[in-house]
Amino acid sequence: MTTTARAPSARVDNPLPTVSLSKSSPRHGEKVVVGWLFLCAAFSVLVTVGIVLSLIPPTIEFFNRVAPADFFSTDFWAPTNSGNPGFGVLRLIVGTLNVTLWALLIAIPAGLGAAIYLSEYAGRTSRKILKPVLEVLEGVPTVAYGFFALTFVTPILREIWPTFLPGRLGEPPGIFSAASAGLVMGVMIIPTVASISQDAMSAVPSGLRQAAYGLGSTRMQVATRVVVPAAMSGIVASFVLGVSRAIGETMIVLLAAGAAANLTMWPNDSVLTMTTFIARTSTGDIGTGTTTYYTIFAVGSVLFVMTFLMNMVSIALVRRFRETYE
Amino acid sequence: MTEPSVTHPYTPQQELPDHPVPVMQTRSLNVFYGGFHAVHDVDLAFGHHEITALIGPSGCGKSTVLRCLNRMNDLVPSARVEGEVLYHDQDVYAPSVDPIEVRRHIGMVFQKANPFPKSIYDNVAYGPRVTGMKVDSMDDHVERCLRGAALWDEVKDKLKESGYSLSGGQQQRLCIARAIATEPDVILMDEPCSALDPIATAAIEDLMLQLREQYTIVIVTHNMQQAARVSDRTAFFTARPDETTGNRTGLLVEFDKTSTIFENPSDQRTEDYISGRFG
Amino acid sequence: MNGANRVAVAGARRTTELRLDGSGRGGRWKGEVFRALLIFCLVIAFVTLLAVIVQASVRGMPRIDLNLITQMPSTLDRETSGMQSAIFGTIYVMVGLIVTVVPIGVSAAIFLEEFADGTKWWVRFIELNVQNLAAVPSIVFGILGLAFIVRGPLDLGTVAYAGSLTLALLVLPTVILASREAIRAVPTSLRQASLGLGATKWQTIWHHVLPSAVPGIVTGTILALSRAIGETAPLLLVGATVFVTYNPDGFFEGAYTVLPVQIFQWAVRPQEEFRILAAAGIILLLAVLLVMNSIAIWIRNKYTRDA
Repeated sequence: MTTTARAPSARVDNPLPTVSLSKSSPRHGEKVVVGWLFLCAAFSVLVTVGIVLSLIPPTIEFFNRVAPADFFSTDFWAPTNSGNPGFGVLRLIVGTLNVTLWALLIAIPAGLGAAIYLSEYAGRTSRKILKPVLEVLEGVPTVAYGFFALTFVTPILREIWPTFLPGRLGEPPGIFSAASAGLVMGVMIIPTVASISQDAMSAVPSGLRQAAYGLGSTRMQVATRVVVPAAMSGIVASFVLGVSRAIGETMIVLLAAGAAANLTMWPNDSVLTMTTFIARTSTGDIGTGTTTYYTIFAVGSVLFVMTFLMNMVSIALVRRFRETYE
Repeated sequence: MTEPSVTHPYTPQQELPDHPVPVMQTRSLNVFYGGFHAVHDVDLAFGHHEITALIGPSGCGKSTVLRCLNRMNDLVPSARVEGEVLYHDQDVYAPSVDPIEVRRHIGMVFQKANPFPKSIYDNVAYGPRVTGMKVDSMDDHVERCLRGAALWDEVKDKLKESGYSLSGGQQQRLCIARAIATEPDVILMDEPCSALDPIATAAIEDLMLQLREQYTIVIVTHNMQQAARVSDRTAFFTARPDETTGNRTGLLVEFDKTSTIFENPSDQRTEDYISGRFG
Repeated sequence: MNGANRVAVAGARRTTELRLDGSGRGGRWKGEVFRALLIFCLVIAFVTLLAVIVQASVRGMPRIDLNLITQMPSTLDRETSGMQSAIFGTIYVMVGLIVTVVPIGVSAAIFLEEFADGTKWWVRFIELNVQNLAAVPSIVFGILGLAFIVRGPLDLGTVAYAGSLTLALLVLPTVILASREAIRAVPTSLRQASLGLGATKWQTIWHHVLPSAVPGIVTGTILALSRAIGETAPLLLVGATVFVTYNPDGFFEGAYTVLPVQIFQWAVRPQEEFRILAAAGIILLLAVLLVMNSIAIWIRNKYTRDA
């Protein structure tokens, strides 16, 4: 059929019948669905509220029984000692920082190095293989890392410890040590640091690199003097998130760092971290109304506040970075 | 089916009234994206069973105007529309109007053929199904629409195959079949041939001329020859840069019978564009 | 030309080349060392990964046997003790987790991607909240579970579903973020085609967006579940701790334990037989994770090729 002429009648009659453009049905179902979807999205806020609500009342109850000064500014820790209890959380914080320090000594250089390699040196194919393998490290259950630290790293550390070192540092670690837990935790955190840092470096405009190469820079100079400074806020974000993960990690320290609340930064000592305390105490037989029970929540609050602040700093840094380059 | 001819022996001007009998109209249509003024004061009338072409350089707002006609601009969160868009004398932006209902009367064909990842049959049947349209036999209806889009002979033996199995031009005709399946009375086409080769383009142009028998068609095209070949009336748009921000705002320069626009334009800018001196 | 001359010429040419290299004296050497250091960083990670797997395999090999899956845990029969109750417990907890987290997570993702106006403060607040929740230490979710699910308002007691729900809250952000990514990848042209026909927004999502996003959602969900299946710390707080020598009676009845908790139970005991059992359990857990991840990768590859 080929049209060569139009029917004149088509526009002689009135072509505009009245048409209803209002809703043909009220579509209540659609509103119910959207309402449900909204509730699900809002549910995530409820989870945060739930966390805060589960922490605050028992923490208040804890401070009704224990003076805040005894909690924050003493270093006497004996929460289960009924005769003379002590609640100096400083020991747990120092213990946590001890392990975190050794973890970061591994995770920051190795994670940053891996990120630089993946972003600036690796070709497309090798990056496609290396990155998923690196991410597998993040997927290994932490109980497996803990077992590895306890039964493999600790014996090796005891064997090869540099005993010629002077003083405390020369004593080989015992069955539990901050070093063993920290080293394994450090490897566990490498992918976190590497992947966020690499995202930041890859987002640095290639024009910057080309300008530097044009001035005769080597690849190493471009990486260290151009790309890393340009991606700095993203890199720092990855460090902060790494710290947050180290502070919040439980199973590795529970298995390998021990339970002695030593006030020490020596790597060869056993330490009690905040997470270890929460896990050990809450799995033991403790009555709901005891002060020890409320101590779990008070320590949990400290842990939550510390990690929350770091997460916020990390998120803010990543956002600032994105705003600069995207 | 015979291969469609590229040139059309069609000369409608003697039949065309001086002024369109409008199915749709825009009155002082202004469109903003956030603070950006995209289209300024457009007054157009789309005649019953006519093909109206919107032409102009890129960034002149012609696609924006088209998307206002069936409220597809609603999908852009920052978009704001002022003025009126009348369909059968009702403002489609009136508060009582449901945009979904508008789109059931005013169908759309997009720049890039976008069939659903479903069978050819389901692509056509989708619109009637979701709009709750009453059809006696869906099989007959699908056949009718595919015939209407000049695609039936090519696909009648493979209705269950994926819409993606078709060629680009066939996919675009499938999208037209899909659009007419909901029995709209206006069809909007946003550069429907820009991704197609000349043969497939000619097939679509032939189809448009057939469809005009039953539908009012508005087409955006950057191909002036296409506008000259198929349209009854042409609206020429241009873009004016803002003196302070440099943002380009689309303006309607001239709207008239296609023959007048191409042979005897009254505005110098139109003549420059038509003769290739600009754009 | 004698030998000494040849050496001198070669030396001069090499020196000039090095100078023109732009890196100056020793620059190339420095660059190579730097590159080697970077590769070493990756090697640390990969060697450790390999060591974790090999050590568990070597240690646990004697107990990779049928008893491991058919027998209940026992402190007496160390040679034949298994982890059947933990396997069943893990299945119960995972099933409860899936039916809880998938509908909520996917729905939240649909809302945030398709309906929410990203310029509104409360939408940004929800997004920020999801991001933060993804980085909250897992043991804090254990505290939440202890206070709200096991005791407190829900008061479920230490049953399998308490574990499911606790883990559901833990991986909810991961499921939301992965599902959003999958939904965002669906081309806009598909949505426009459907809306242009007069379909409603929800019809468009249900008929077109979700079916196209399913492979991505499934992949992301499997990866989230593989995180949950290895989680230990929060479950210690919500009851999966006691030595359980029988399978769960149901989602809401009876004590339960799960694979990683059972592994932990054995790992802390000093006897060699239990350490071997722990290692065997780790191999089992890693094998399950390998299967889950392979399925996820298979789905991703299958559907990215087709599209």
